[in-house]
Amino acid sequence: MLDKIQELGGGITDGLRGVGRVFFLFTDTVKWLFRSLPIFRVLLWQLYFIGVQSIPVIITTGAFTGLVLAYESYFQFQKLGVTSWVGPLVAVSLVSQLGPVLSGLMLAGRVGGAMAAELGTMAVTEQIDALETMGTDPVYYLVLPRVLASTLLAPLLNAFATFVGIAAGFTLTIYGLGVDPHFLFKETFKFLDWYDFLVGIVKAGVFGCVMSLICCYKGINTRGGAEGVGKATTEANVASCITILMLNLFLTMVLMLLDPFGGK
Amino acid sequence: MSQQTANIIEMKDVYKSFGTLHVLRGISLEVKKGETLVIIGQSGTGKSVTLRLMIGLLVQDSGDVFFEGNSVKDMDEFALVSMRKRMSMLFQGGALFDSLTVGENVAFGLRAQGEKDEAKIRSIVTERLGQVGLPGTEDKMPSELSGGMKKRAALARSIAEMPELILYDEPTTGLDPIMSDAIADLILETRAALKDMNVTSIVVTHDMHVATKTADRIVMLHGGNVVGEGPPEYFEEIRERDKNNLKSKQEEMIRQFVRGEAVGPIMPQTS
Repeated sequence: MLDKIQELGGGITDGLRGVGRVFFLFTDTVKWLFRSLPIFRVLLWQLYFIGVQSIPVIITTGAFTGLVLAYESYFQFQKLGVTSWVGPLVAVSLVSQLGPVLSGLMLAGRVGGAMAAELGTMAVTEQIDALETMGTDPVYYLVLPRVLASTLLAPLLNAFATFVGIAAGFTLTIYGLGVDPHFLFKETFKFLDWYDFLVGIVKAGVFGCVMSLICCYKGINTRGGAEGVGKATTEANVASCITILMLNLFLTMVLMLLDPFGGK
Repeated sequence: MSQQTANIIEMKDVYKSFGTLHVLRGISLEVKKGETLVIIGQSGTGKSVTLRLMIGLLVQDSGDVFFEGNSVKDMDEFALVSMRKRMSMLFQGGALFDSLTVGENVAFGLRAQGEKDEAKIRSIVTERLGQVGLPGTEDKMPSELSGGMKKRAALARSIAEMPELILYDEPTTGLDPIMSDAIADLILETRAALKDMNVTSIVVTHDMHVATKTADRIVMLHGGNVVGEGPPEYFEEIRERDKNNLKSKQEEMIRQFVRGEAVGPIMPQTS
């Protein structure tokens, strides 16, 4: 029993230590951002890798989420005789909740895992040490471009996912389920406002930033060869996904308090 | 013989542990400017840790490491970067950046130091790759090179900026004897090529052929401390000396190590 309590205590301590170290990595990254712009070629590659190459997976995620939301909710609202409410449900859910969360999770899986594995391999093959010995700070050369690209592109990818999701959901609702588009859009605009879009953008940016910081932290602190790289990649994926889900609750509560429309 | 003046590196009573593993236990050594110091010893005895402390990649638990009289531990970020710009390190596995071409790897340090003239960078890259016997490999990726070629490309990268101090971490590990001899020759050639800079070299190895061929002075580590020190001839003499004429346990250790014998005061490592 005592062992289990100690183990739990150790786990919590390690978790808090990790949070602190990721925060220090964040402050170091911000410091470098104001000291020197990232190397353009490295940033460009990260923008391409994180942005362009993620579009197919993001579009697929958004489309199927929109379709399933529309399909499921249509039959529930049909019982109440308000099938046009499918519109606001799909739109509001995707814009402020599912869009940023799902695109964040997909980014953590596709990009975060690759970041942790790449930096982890660099760490165990002494490439990060080599960078330091050549007078180049790994935070500047490796972390800054990745965090900057993720933070800038996550809202954009979220916008893609959301737009495609709404378009797919509405298409199914109008052409597949026969809901009148006039009432569908009318109800949607009644419930959706600019603040929902702002919430989505803020959430996606925060998720992109935090996910890339966690994955970079896990990557550059990898020890122990191929096994260590595998462990770091798994830990980076799990930690960033859990953090995104927890942060989503926190951000939802805070942003709802700040909602000028009173979170209608 | 190289010119030897003041100490470029000095370690005083340095201790370093990793958890419960005590790697260095009060090591003190000096490296004179312009000399080639070879550090030998069994695997896991703290040779690579010693190099990492010298370049500031690790920080000691106690004691001090000085670069030209300045404590590395007390250096601020800018002083540390300035120091590192005067050094270079050849890593055990080469540590070439595998997302960059060989040419970009060799040019990396030059660009990091602010060199903007691309024609000059290209000319230095071509010259350095030629010096290490890899002409025309600028556009190859590190994954296209063999183990020996990677080591040589990494050596080209480490001498690109004409450093004053070169640290070689196990430069011949995993190479065949002929390639090992070629690397030893490269270390000597590099020193000759950079003689105007009065370059200092520190070589960590357990390859006695490389040690005796390249060293001005050899230091042997065991159990996290220095057990023997002297010119290569001293180690050669102990190697040939009769077992009954050894004067101390340290000499017994040196004889056992340089002869590569399993039986003796040094226990073979089982883990």
